[in-house]
Amino acid sequence: MNRPVKRKMLYGVMAELASAEDLIEAVEKVRAAGYTKLDAYTPYPIEALSEALGHHRSKLPLIVLGGGIAGALGGYLLQYWTQVIVYPMNIGGRPFHSWPAFIVPTFETTILGAALSAVLGMFFLNGLPHPYHPVFNVPRFALASRDRYFLVIEADDPLFDPEAVRHLLGEIHASEVSDVER
Amino acid sequence: MATLEDGGTASPQPYRPPVVAPGHTTTSVTDKISEVVLQKTPRWWFLGFGVSFMLFMLFLVSVTWLLVKGVGVYGINWPVGWGFDIINFVWWIGIGHAGTLISAILLLLRQEWRTSINRFAEAMTLFAVACAGMYPLLHLGRPWLFYWLLPYPNTMNLWPQFRSPLIWDVFAVSTYATVSALFWYVGLIPDLATLRDRSKKRIAQIIYGFGAMGWRGSAAHWHNYETAYLLLAGLATPLVISVHTVVSFDFAIGIIPGWHATIFPPYFVAGAIYAGFAMVLTLSIPLRKLFKLEDFITMRHLQNMGKVMLATGMIVVYGYLMEVFFAWYSGNLYEAFMIWNRAFGPYRYHWYALLLCNAVVPQLLWFRRFRTSPLALFVISMFVSVGMWLERFIIIVTSLHRDFLPASWGMYSGTIWDWGTFIGTIGLFLSLLFLFIRFLPMISIFEMRTIVPGATRGGESTEVPR
Repeated sequence: MNRPVKRKMLYGVMAELASAEDLIEAVEKVRAAGYTKLDAYTPYPIEALSEALGHHRSKLPLIVLGGGIAGALGGYLLQYWTQVIVYPMNIGGRPFHSWPAFIVPTFETTILGAALSAVLGMFFLNGLPHPYHPVFNVPRFALASRDRYFLVIEADDPLFDPEAVRHLLGEIHASEVSDVER
Repeated sequence: MATLEDGGTASPQPYRPPVVAPGHTTTSVTDKISEVVLQKTPRWWFLGFGVSFMLFMLFLVSVTWLLVKGVGVYGINWPVGWGFDIINFVWWIGIGHAGTLISAILLLLRQEWRTSINRFAEAMTLFAVACAGMYPLLHLGRPWLFYWLLPYPNTMNLWPQFRSPLIWDVFAVSTYATVSALFWYVGLIPDLATLRDRSKKRIAQIIYGFGAMGWRGSAAHWHNYETAYLLLAGLATPLVISVHTVVSFDFAIGIIPGWHATIFPPYFVAGAIYAGFAMVLTLSIPLRKLFKLEDFITMRHLQNMGKVMLATGMIVVYGYLMEVFFAWYSGNLYEAFMIWNRAFGPYRYHWYALLLCNAVVPQLLWFRRFRTSPLALFVISMFVSVGMWLERFIIIVTSLHRDFLPASWGMYSGTIWDWGTFIGTIGLFLSLLFLFIRFLPMISIFEMRTIVPGATRGGESTEVPR
């Protein structure tokens, strides 16, 4: 165990686990003990972990729907406005409002709006880019992107008490427990 | 890996090679794939990149000459005003389509074998679209005014003409390029974080760190990330189909014999996937050898790609048959002459070569022997690449060079600058590809972690990659 850090400087306490099963079990135990401010770090997405942490459905689909609708309206209105109102041209006797021809660009702008909002929405919901984060202060955390699993109980949890948390994390199959400095 | 290579021809229940060779763990896939990037540059890389870059120089020379002299340096003239530029545009953009098919459509169909080739195929898509995008711009005559194609308020008070398939192309191709780049980058973020954490050099840590944007693998982040990735796949699927459909509209909306056919959209989309899988095979067979990645790109992948190639190739052949059928059934003199001219006119050898490459040679893929031999697959995919280029040549040139009025007939051939530009874009494509395999993980590491034995996925979806 690292040397304990001062309470004020503490972001949380981190436990390192060897497998995803251990991590899920640990999350269930910690949640059963009443802690709410916790996050797990894994090298790949694990659906059961999300369930164990009690994540709600992602808000992203709604954002994407909004982006898609904005793209569709924007694309169609752009064409209507330019081809009918500000710059009408007679092309082979077709009506100014040739809606079948407008479908193709409208389709493309719909996809563009939805895809851009999917990516930017994901960045927004995840708070990326996030250049500095306290968890990186633990040297072994570099393995979170390789093959190790981490659980952090954050210091702003109402039940947080460094000693009790270290004790609790010691009880689960943690191979290492360390304090995370801010 | 002799057991992997032989494909098990004797057993009654055909032996399916695994998606990942046995014995791999989360740790070993991470180390093995990131090592390709983090190790010292192998000597052959310099050779390969050097040759590619020289070809790219040829592109720059050809483009410079084009800008100096104008489009007259190309072989285009009346009656064939669309030559190499559009042939190569369609060829390159078609190649790109396999990447999106692998990354998006196979993801939605839960084909877990796609995992080890999707990153690489997506990169191929991006680079192929970059090459494709050059041609319409260079063909403009005054490429520096390309932005006139975009709708933006300007002092001339002009707006694009949205009833034209050429403007649809601008929207389709630029959307495709943007969405492909986003999809590729989003997939890269967790792997860039791995490289940031694993590289020893400060400069590499900083650069990969910028790319990873502070990704830390938080469960809450993965939750949104997976939703975003799935939604992007769902959006890219109709997009990729729309792109080649719009490209086929460039032809089908016109009334030229041989172009004005309803079969064009599906026929073009199938041809695109056909050509694209041929290119993925052409590139992945040598790469898996050079980087010793046979554990991850197994015979299973090569076989499956061979099967997709066979299936899409048969759709393309159906398109050829339908063209002949339409010519007869329509009772249209010009359509009938167009087919007669393809088969017996001055470009007949191009057509015979096309049929050989696209319709005859790929029939070998019906046989397991050829599907399980990397060398045979490599050669067949070369044939397909050439065949698909010839297909676009035939569609464009034979239709235009003899249309309605014999007085306006003519012949077409590419000039040295046409060839220089074409070979030059191959150089651009290969240069980008060499840079990619050197500096970025060419197999998606985090997705590979999910398919190694023992990986916990949870929920009901223990068998699928996500």
